[in-house]
Amino acid sequence: MIELHQLCRSFLLGDQAVKALDNINLSIRAGEYISVMGPSGSGKSTLLNMLGLLDAPDSGQYLLQGTDTTLLTDNERARFRRQHIGFVFQSYHLVPRLTAQENIELPLVLAGVPPQQRKPKVAAILAQLSLTERASHLPNQLSGGQRQRVAIGRAIVMQPQLLLADEPTGNLDSQSGLDVVNILEQLNQQGITLLVVTHDPALGQRARRRIRMVDGRIVADEQHSTAAGTLHA
Amino acid sequence: MRSADLLHFNLQLVLRHRFRSLMILLALAIGVAAVNLLTGLGEGAKAYVLSQFSLLGNETLILLPGKKETRGTMPPLTGESPRDITLDDASAISRLPGVVAVAPLSVGMAQVHIGARTREVIVTGTNRAFFDIRQLQLQQGQMLPARDLDIASPVAVIGSTLKQELFGNTPALGQWLKAGDSRFRVIGVLDSKGQAMGMDMNDLMLIPIASAQRLFNKPGLFRLFIQSQSSDAIPAVKQRVEQLMQRRQGGVADITLVSQDAILSAFADILSALNLAVSGIAAISLLVAGILIMNVTLISVSQRTAEIGLLKALGASNSDVQTLFLTEALLMALLGAAAGILLSELGLWAMRLRFSDLAFYSPWWARWLALAIAVATSVLFAWGPSRRAAGLQPVNALQGRRTDA
Repeated sequence: MIELHQLCRSFLLGDQAVKALDNINLSIRAGEYISVMGPSGSGKSTLLNMLGLLDAPDSGQYLLQGTDTTLLTDNERARFRRQHIGFVFQSYHLVPRLTAQENIELPLVLAGVPPQQRKPKVAAILAQLSLTERASHLPNQLSGGQRQRVAIGRAIVMQPQLLLADEPTGNLDSQSGLDVVNILEQLNQQGITLLVVTHDPALGQRARRRIRMVDGRIVADEQHSTAAGTLHA
Repeated sequence: MRSADLLHFNLQLVLRHRFRSLMILLALAIGVAAVNLLTGLGEGAKAYVLSQFSLLGNETLILLPGKKETRGTMPPLTGESPRDITLDDASAISRLPGVVAVAPLSVGMAQVHIGARTREVIVTGTNRAFFDIRQLQLQQGQMLPARDLDIASPVAVIGSTLKQELFGNTPALGQWLKAGDSRFRVIGVLDSKGQAMGMDMNDLMLIPIASAQRLFNKPGLFRLFIQSQSSDAIPAVKQRVEQLMQRRQGGVADITLVSQDAILSAFADILSALNLAVSGIAAISLLVAGILIMNVTLISVSQRTAEIGLLKALGASNSDVQTLFLTEALLMALLGAAAGILLSELGLWAMRLRFSDLAFYSPWWARWLALAIAVATSVLFAWGPSRRAAGLQPVNALQGRRTDA
């Protein structure tokens, strides 16, 4: 599903070039559950942005479902993002003036889906995430866990194959965090490819495939047959 | 994105961020209203000045004794001309072809007594034609009698202020008043008209020209109004009057003929200064409005950097993001401009009610210009920042505001 070949990306920090991604080679199959861990500044977030087509590499190749994404125009990248990739952020990033329902509907609106087709999709997602009763609440009327569930709903409403989560439990208490992780894992069991970037070892160790990054390089890439440990924050 | 959704998205933005929208709309409306209101005020003042000079009508000539320059220096004080214009001259001019009527004017101050009340009054000797030429309306009574110029009669028509001051609320018609050594019967009261060409018509006492000459013991006329058939006939009439006066005054026409055009051109400097002032007012208010709108748009765009990043992560392309922001700017500009024009028209209407003499109307171009400035500045200044924001890496834009809900 995803092939990275010798992917490089560096940033200028002052007058010093910092290699955020240094010759990354990675291949991800559909339906995998992957965690990316590593210290701050190790390039985890840059990798996430790269996979999510939010950032473009300096050199190397990124094949997404057989398409070389480095050759795409901005509009084509936007279409790819919209159709294949969902994002979940640590701080939710809901639009504060829109209700839970409208936030979930937003990607459909941006994609130009007619209103009569949007309604049933949003209703199904709300039901799936037990948010039906909160549909017309604004984000500031929701708890952290509810907000993150709305954000997940928004990420999956376009039925993407790839779900990228950046510290999805970082702002949540342990119970809400566990709820959110359960939802993400449930989605993974239904076939979605899940990639979680985290500092939290407990969360990282739930994934079947664990990638460890240091200084822009992948230093470990382990397969585990079963999820180990439980989440405790 | 569908255009209905685009509009809905932006309307939601306007409605659910009420305070922010209100502030932006206020700034836009004030900018647009300033342009419209100030231009309207300037135009009103200009129209007022023009109307003051136009009251004479463009079919009328004024004949003054003595050769005078209308340009350059202050005009000489009256009464120093060696040759007077007499009533005979006036009669001769009235018989010239193309001349419809003449109104001689002899002006002087006189003590007017009525009972124990005394007042210094400007007494003007003239004839019935003066009422037509100056478009004087009567409140009550009648005009001066239509008789030959050299026949005196003890009658007077008085202005409304003078009537009030001399008679109060008691009837004035038929009453006698004493001016100098002569007695005059009030036969008419003028409608209040206000000032025109520097003469306060409300404070006037009009008597027959022959009576005035006797009162002031002055055979020469102060000036003579000559009404021609039409404005086209003015040059011909002017020439005939000059030739006639040359003959009557023994070879040298010691007179000055003034037409409305000449007065207007003498005041051309004032008028062009007025025009300049109106344009300057409009330009300054446009500039202020533009800067106000620019600031508001810049703030609005930079406040939403995080949202731009989010929209991009959700699958909006750079052009989608720009379309969103430009549509918002356009929507705000149109709403704000509409509110501003409404506001300023209300203001101008109130001013017209308060000062009925002055026609405060903003010219049509001011409204369009204000609208164009509002739209152009908000789109222009939304364009740059929204382009920059759209070009930001989405994740950087998102991290720009971590505290988002």
